Amino acid sequence: MWNRESGEPIDAFRLRRMVDTLRHRGPDDEGTYIDGDLGLGHARLSILDLPCGHQPMSNEDGSLWIVFNGEIFNYRELRSELLARGHRFRTQSDTEVILHMYAEHGDGFVSSLNGQFAFALWDRIQQKLFLARDRLGVRPLFHTTHRGGIRFASEIKSLLSDPGLPRQVDPLALDQIFTFWFPIAPRTGFVGIEELPPGFTMSVTREQRRLRRYWSLRFPPASRSNGTARRSDTSYADELISLLDNAVRLRLRADVPVATYLSGGLDSSVVTALSHRHLGNGSRTFSIEFEDAAFDETRFQSEVVRRLGSIHSSFRCDGRAIVEALPRAVYHAERPVLRTAPVPMMLLARGVHESGIKVVLTGEGADEILAGYDIFKEAKVRRFWARFPSSRRRPLLLQRLYPYLSGFQRTAGYLQTFFGQDLEDTGDEFYSHRPRWRATAPLRLLYGGELREQLKGYDPVAELRDHLPPEFSGWHPLSQAQYLESAFLLPGYILSSQGDRMAMAHSVEGRFPFLDHRVVEFAATIPPHVKIRALREKHVLREGVRGLIPDPIIDRAKQPYRAPDHGALLQVAGGVELTREALGPEALATSGLFQPEPLRALVAKGSRQPALGARDTMALVGTVTTQIWHRQFIQNEGASS
Amino acid sequence: MTPDAEDLRRFIIENFLYGDQRILLKDDDSFSGRGIIDSTGVLELIAFVETRFGISIEDEEVIPENLDSLAKLTRYVARKQQSGSHAG
Repeated sequence: MWNRESGEPIDAFRLRRMVDTLRHRGPDDEGTYIDGDLGLGHARLSILDLPCGHQPMSNEDGSLWIVFNGEIFNYRELRSELLARGHRFRTQSDTEVILHMYAEHGDGFVSSLNGQFAFALWDRIQQKLFLARDRLGVRPLFHTTHRGGIRFASEIKSLLSDPGLPRQVDPLALDQIFTFWFPIAPRTGFVGIEELPPGFTMSVTREQRRLRRYWSLRFPPASRSNGTARRSDTSYADELISLLDNAVRLRLRADVPVATYLSGGLDSSVVTALSHRHLGNGSRTFSIEFEDAAFDETRFQSEVVRRLGSIHSSFRCDGRAIVEALPRAVYHAERPVLRTAPVPMMLLARGVHESGIKVVLTGEGADEILAGYDIFKEAKVRRFWARFPSSRRRPLLLQRLYPYLSGFQRTAGYLQTFFGQDLEDTGDEFYSHRPRWRATAPLRLLYGGELREQLKGYDPVAELRDHLPPEFSGWHPLSQAQYLESAFLLPGYILSSQGDRMAMAHSVEGRFPFLDHRVVEFAATIPPHVKIRALREKHVLREGVRGLIPDPIIDRAKQPYRAPDHGALLQVAGGVELTREALGPEALATSGLFQPEPLRALVAKGSRQPALGARDTMALVGTVTTQIWHRQFIQNEGASS
Repeated sequence: MTPDAEDLRRFIIENFLYGDQRILLKDDDSFSGRGIIDSTGVLELIAFVETRFGISIEDEEVIPENLDSLAKLTRYVARKQQSGSHAG
């Protein structure tokens, strides 16, 4: 925090309280530094240089101070360069490398970092505060302006530990969550609290505040993406695996044991196998098992474990466990979610923590950068069909995409009406995502009168459009769809609500080799038709890992990660009560966000039917978690509520 | 029981539009086209119609031409009842 306008000295108690709310992120050590009207606080999860990495940390003459969350994976290489230029180090930590990089290169040094980071650096001489966040948005950083001063923290709850800070729902952010699953950065669910977007730095002096984007995902123009690839698939595959292997190696750097998450899918199996190469026998793997066979992937997890011989631990998760942990997951996510899928990730992190592990590598990011999601194939088929809209055969390809959805086969005759909307509007920049947003649009029927009033004339898609880079319209449709997933859903949901916040709830740090920026930048150059060969997603990765992981894992159909939701909320003891309370007339009247009648109808429907459709499930989970979130943060009842 | 468009309209609004009476649903409005129904919704509609009108819907009849608007649905149910495919 920096009272840069008032010059008021920092209240040490208030600073300490901000740190205390983040002890789950850093239970090993804590520290504060106060320089008149500026204060830095830190809760540490010790991973590198355990005895000497205490923070806030300064350079040798105390002119630069830093608090830092995350990892700089190439810190050894940077350190060698700095040593050669005459810098002297007191520790073996990556934190100290940041200080010296800034001293040597100024603000621009951020582009040299390979890592996942959020930090605040205080330059005493220039009286400048410098905030930075990693390229893809792995580590969080929030800030707010209060009485002319700036406050910043890894989580919003730390900012809200000051009772003087207003707590108000941002209706536009809520509408974005109910449309896209995430608020568009810099928005958060709260008015006045912003997120520093991925790939940005913010430089703050007494006079001004300057935001600068130092990195953004870019694709080649469509004119260069089409046609025949100049390189063979194998050559793309080889380069990808070589980069990925290096990314894994860098991410194994730690002074504590590192494990991997193994879902049983392709991506986490690849990361596990590559880690195993470096770690050898004794490598550890962790998985979630679901009681419900529709979600469970144990068979595939076992296949990989058998092949590699890792020391494996698996945690069983059922509807009851999900319901019990849901309020705590919302407290950590700090925003409503439309699916319960984050909850098992939090329970997994608990198991990992209890096993004494602090760092895990996962396969996160592969589906975005290598085009693994169904939405990419769906858009490809729709475009193929749009060339001959009267074709009866072309839409049948869509049937192959969702074999895991119950009832989808019986409604095959409906493919044309489900996916045929705006079929020929192929010039639409949001072509790939329209069907998805159409599916969430009816959720607005649930909004209460005041919320509807506040949203009158508001179009979240128009706001999203404002955040697209100027080159976007010139990209290949697959690149456009990948950008939407990578620049928005990835940081806004996957890495946050389902990633960092769930892992850090139990002091576990996730590391993501597929999100090494060198891997991401290389993947962006792979031509679209090579990324998805016919309808085979992640083709290049599959080509590259033959022999490394078992064939059944390489050739299995993609199973998206899902968790029991509707059944847990409406048909399991505990869930029924939780839902009844969250959506009861009193709670709804207090928040004023939703109308009671439609929710009564929804709950009644969900109680009498064995299954709910995707939209109803999102309606249920979205409203229940919004109500919990409102109680915890707006009504300030905290984690226990 | 003869198919009643109002009965069907009520079911559609209550089941798929959270009972929102302000929504104007015309007889020819496409359920899937207007985003009212998804694939699970079609199954819910089938279950309702089968129970309500005592007919049984074959897989090959699960097509928008039969079920995708109030008008189509009413006609389809009437036709099924006439052809004597009453379940009971």
